[in-house]
Amino acid sequence: MESGLGLTIVVFLPLVSAIFIFLIPKKQEMLIKLVTLGSALLTFGVSLIVALQFDFYNAGDLQLGTKVSWISSINSNYEIGIDGISLPLLLLSTFISVLAIIYSFEHLPEPKNAKGMMSLILILETGMNGTFVALDLILFFVFFELVLLPMYFMIGIWGDKTVRSVSGLKNDIETRLYASIKFFVFTLFGSAFMLLGFLGLYFRGNRTFSIPELIELGSSGAFTGTFATLVFAVLFLGFAVKVPMWPLHTWLPDAHTAAPTVGSVLLAAILLKLGSYGFVRIALPILPEQAVAWAPAIAVLSAIGIIYGSLACLAQTDLKRLIAFSSVGHMGFVMLGISSLTSIGINAAMIGMVAHGIITGLLFFVSGSMAHTYHTRDMGRLGGNMKLLPKTGAILAFTAMASLGLPGLAGFWGEFMALLGAYNPLPGLNITIFRSSMVAGAIGTVLTAGYLLWMLQRVNLGEPKEEWLDKELHDADNYELVAWIPLVILTVLIGVFPKLIFGATNDAVIALVSKAFGG
Amino acid sequence: MVNQNFINLLAEGKPEYTDGGVLAEFTWLIVVLPFLAAILITFFGKYLPLQGAELALGTVLFIFSYSAALLYEHATKGIANEFFINVGSIGSYDLEFGWVVDGLSIMMYFVVGTVSSLVFIYATNYMQGEIRYTFFFTSLTLFAGSMLVLVSSPTLLQLLIGWELVGVCSYLLIGHYWEKKENSSAAMKAFITNKIADVGLMIGIIVLALSTKTLRISEILYQSTHDYADIKTVAYLGGVLLFIGAMGKSAQFPLHVWLPDAMAGPTPVSALMHAATMVTAGVYLLGRMFPFYQGMASQALDIVLLFGVITLLGAGLVAVVQDDLKKVLAYSTVSQLGYMVTAMGSGAYTAGLFHLWTHAFFKALLFLGAGSVIHAVHTNNMSEMGGLRKEMPRTFSTFIIGTVALAGLPPLAGFFSKDEILASLNHEGHNLYFIISVLGAFITAFYMTRAVLLTFFGDYRGDGHPHESDKMMTIPLIILSGFAIVAGWANIPGVYTGFTKWVTTRKNYIVEYHPESFDLVAMFSGLTSGLLGIGLAYYVYQMSGNATDGDEKIKIKPIWNLLENKYYLDFFYFKFIIDPVKITFAKFVDSFNSNVLDRFVNGVGTTASKAGGIVYTNLDQGGIDKVLNLSSTGTDTIGSKVKLIQTGKTQQYLMYFLIGVIVISLIILLVL
Repeated sequence: MESGLGLTIVVFLPLVSAIFIFLIPKKQEMLIKLVTLGSALLTFGVSLIVALQFDFYNAGDLQLGTKVSWISSINSNYEIGIDGISLPLLLLSTFISVLAIIYSFEHLPEPKNAKGMMSLILILETGMNGTFVALDLILFFVFFELVLLPMYFMIGIWGDKTVRSVSGLKNDIETRLYASIKFFVFTLFGSAFMLLGFLGLYFRGNRTFSIPELIELGSSGAFTGTFATLVFAVLFLGFAVKVPMWPLHTWLPDAHTAAPTVGSVLLAAILLKLGSYGFVRIALPILPEQAVAWAPAIAVLSAIGIIYGSLACLAQTDLKRLIAFSSVGHMGFVMLGISSLTSIGINAAMIGMVAHGIITGLLFFVSGSMAHTYHTRDMGRLGGNMKLLPKTGAILAFTAMASLGLPGLAGFWGEFMALLGAYNPLPGLNITIFRSSMVAGAIGTVLTAGYLLWMLQRVNLGEPKEEWLDKELHDADNYELVAWIPLVILTVLIGVFPKLIFGATNDAVIALVSKAFGG
Repeated sequence: MVNQNFINLLAEGKPEYTDGGVLAEFTWLIVVLPFLAAILITFFGKYLPLQGAELALGTVLFIFSYSAALLYEHATKGIANEFFINVGSIGSYDLEFGWVVDGLSIMMYFVVGTVSSLVFIYATNYMQGEIRYTFFFTSLTLFAGSMLVLVSSPTLLQLLIGWELVGVCSYLLIGHYWEKKENSSAAMKAFITNKIADVGLMIGIIVLALSTKTLRISEILYQSTHDYADIKTVAYLGGVLLFIGAMGKSAQFPLHVWLPDAMAGPTPVSALMHAATMVTAGVYLLGRMFPFYQGMASQALDIVLLFGVITLLGAGLVAVVQDDLKKVLAYSTVSQLGYMVTAMGSGAYTAGLFHLWTHAFFKALLFLGAGSVIHAVHTNNMSEMGGLRKEMPRTFSTFIIGTVALAGLPPLAGFFSKDEILASLNHEGHNLYFIISVLGAFITAFYMTRAVLLTFFGDYRGDGHPHESDKMMTIPLIILSGFAIVAGWANIPGVYTGFTKWVTTRKNYIVEYHPESFDLVAMFSGLTSGLLGIGLAYYVYQMSGNATDGDEKIKIKPIWNLLENKYYLDFFYFKFIIDPVKITFAKFVDSFNSNVLDRFVNGVGTTASKAGGIVYTNLDQGGIDKVLNLSSTGTDTIGSKVKLIQTGKTQQYLMYFLIGVIVISLIILLVL
């Protein structure tokens, strides 16, 4: 067994730095920011070294990890490792964290408090990185839950203070208060069930929490019958809330709309992937028989999500809420790919997750920054942004094109390949359901193009409205450009050369599919 | 299913070709260069003397030279070769880009290179002083580059990429003057209409790729001409789906609605779009996949034929009632694309591509000529033109050449290509379609003569004093008129059939009927109807003295209204598709989201909170209280401001909910 040192650093360095930051006096803002950035850069650097050490010829094997006894009374271990499926997501996570920190140097919303925000980002990063490397269910659960608190506070403290009415509640409520509680409770609700599922697996599966061991058991048919159905059901709840899948998505638009820019970026770019990653890492390989049984339902829900999300986008007047709903549609493609249970579909999901992380992350960066500049997210008041903020406008236009799945940019592969996978799902799955879902998905691409172009027309094009003409508006500054341009470049690179992702994922996905489904 | 005749023909000798050597190997240069140029223009264009136009010009001139060299090599030796680059694997599929160098693609490279070069030269002058001059050349270069990505593609994947890139560039160019909402709406309309068609293309590609286990076009064509069972079962479906894609780009009824609106873009864009790039893509796709259509998907060809004929007639009629000069030309393009698609549908591969070839030159000429006129009179409306033949002699004479070429009079280009289409319809025995196509030739001649008379004859009806355009604009016109005259001589039945040889020399070779000499029936009917059209238009619009009163003479109210409203298609689309989706469905979903789903969630939250409260007060006050206090203290240290927003209720609420969840969980666990 290897030492797993690299991965351990990637996971815990941010947390250790966060503790270190607690010790720095609040006044020393610059020091706090520099320490945070340094820590995130170092983490990213180590994750790159890990990627260099990674053996791509055996991308299907779990590598560079370790297994150390942790809570021996329940046989839970500190077991970590990565394969071609987790590696791209891990890199995405360490990279986006760096960008989020750079952006936060100058762009902290009220009540500023760099110390609080920086330490929360670092704690969040430990949770995200940890989830992608954990190979023990308890460890996974701990990291999975760890991301909740920082995000809860980010939304609750730095979020949108306006008061709004909410259907079903008697009194008006602060946007951020409602959103943060909804986010927290919703996710907790899902993960409580997920934990139940983990416990079930533990008791049936020779008292082990080890994911590789459970996969071995699962693929040899250890989990069957009502038990397996129930376990898959609760795992589904846990992961589907996080993705989020229709109809469990309603926390998402509120959380995104209320969250500060950095919060929405991290939420969209990484946190949503924890759910879809959970499906691929845990639910599918451990319970393959159930995955087959549930696949048509997942496909249908994904197709509904795609259409529903896109239609909801057409009705939005709030820029950030529109982008939030677009995530429902895009993650629908990811889940459609996964539900096909084929190597094409799951590869599509993998590249779709990374692309969505990059593109939607960037969309939230830009829209958040615009909301900050204009002090409004109402698209009815915006317009002529290309004239007022040309740099921001250009990046918004580029990102919108990427988001609508333009071929040649990163978003294309996930969409197109998911449809390809859904057309021919795993043999034995109901072809009619999957092909109908595929057609729905294809129609969804038209709707997606529709709402994004319409958004551009309302926000970016046209003459600026009168109210902005005498205002001094600041276009993207250097901190923003440094945070955004790498994402633009990545979008193009992955679009032109998808091997950057498929090179890691393909073998791992093929191994997973052949082990679980023999396909 | 497979045409036995066709298989037999396949067995006969292949065309001779070489691998093209170094010239073919470096063809990727002309595909990649525009993208590099676009990046350079974007970032450094403003600092250059011609504001970046020189980089754009240099690029297209290079493409022109390279493609001319390729065409020369091809005409003398014959080239057919393809190159692949792996960009990733997914499952057992290789994702590949690459480039094809064969008769079909070389012909397209040359058309794109030639027309782009002339349009770019023209645009440097035409766009002088216009807003976003540099960015215009960035987009124009990208537009040409995207088209090359499309026509150079050896895989369906790259084809799709080029296909959509062309779409997005057209969006940028049509919406160039985006300050006005109608322009950005026209750009959106083009994009969305194409995107709808692309759904067909995308699913078509998926169907073909999965049944052939490859994305390589040549491999798919090989399988479809060698009776492979898997592709046979989906051939009809695949053929129709690909054609739906072609209908979008090549503006076939009823997906043609975007093209006339695309006139919102600057005129050089229209010239490029209507001649060399974009609209030819659909016809190119049919040509590229022709062995597949001809063999296994021959039933799909019947559909292709039907839509082609509907389009050529329907759009031709609408062109008659337009007052906007560019719209006359736009509907004319749609109608001529109908001819090309008709040819493909009737199995006449060469004839369809030949019309694409000749049309590219004379339609570019006509659009640039129209641009020259519009530049001088500052209006698109022919009712405010007239008498321009005196003020703009060079524009006038070149426009006449374009008109005669389009009307199909010998010895100009359109005569030969239209004749081949008519001959093929006649040969295949499509009598009704033949008659409609002949009628189309009459209509074409009529509306073009009408446009010429309204624009250049009679008295000037506008304001100011129009004068001839700059040399930078008239020289491209003169060069294009040269092409409009001679382009048709590349294929004269019985005399010289070089073009046939060019486009049929490819790896998946084409087998089709080639006339040994002129089909006299076709030639006579085509020519007569053309002359009749010109004569009638002359009679109606000129003999009556005042050109503008002509419309009144031929106006049959209901029909004229129907045509002026473009068969009410736009109305129908908005009323029954766009508005319901954008307003009714979208609003419904949004309200469902907040009034049903959210209300439910909030209800559950409130109930759980109450239930938790009961558990809390009755069962476990002391214990939980401690936890609660602990958690508030912890919270305070993490975020000092948290207390301001947490009225205290939040944490209780949360705690109650947690307890609720745990209780439910325990119950489920016990059941387990």
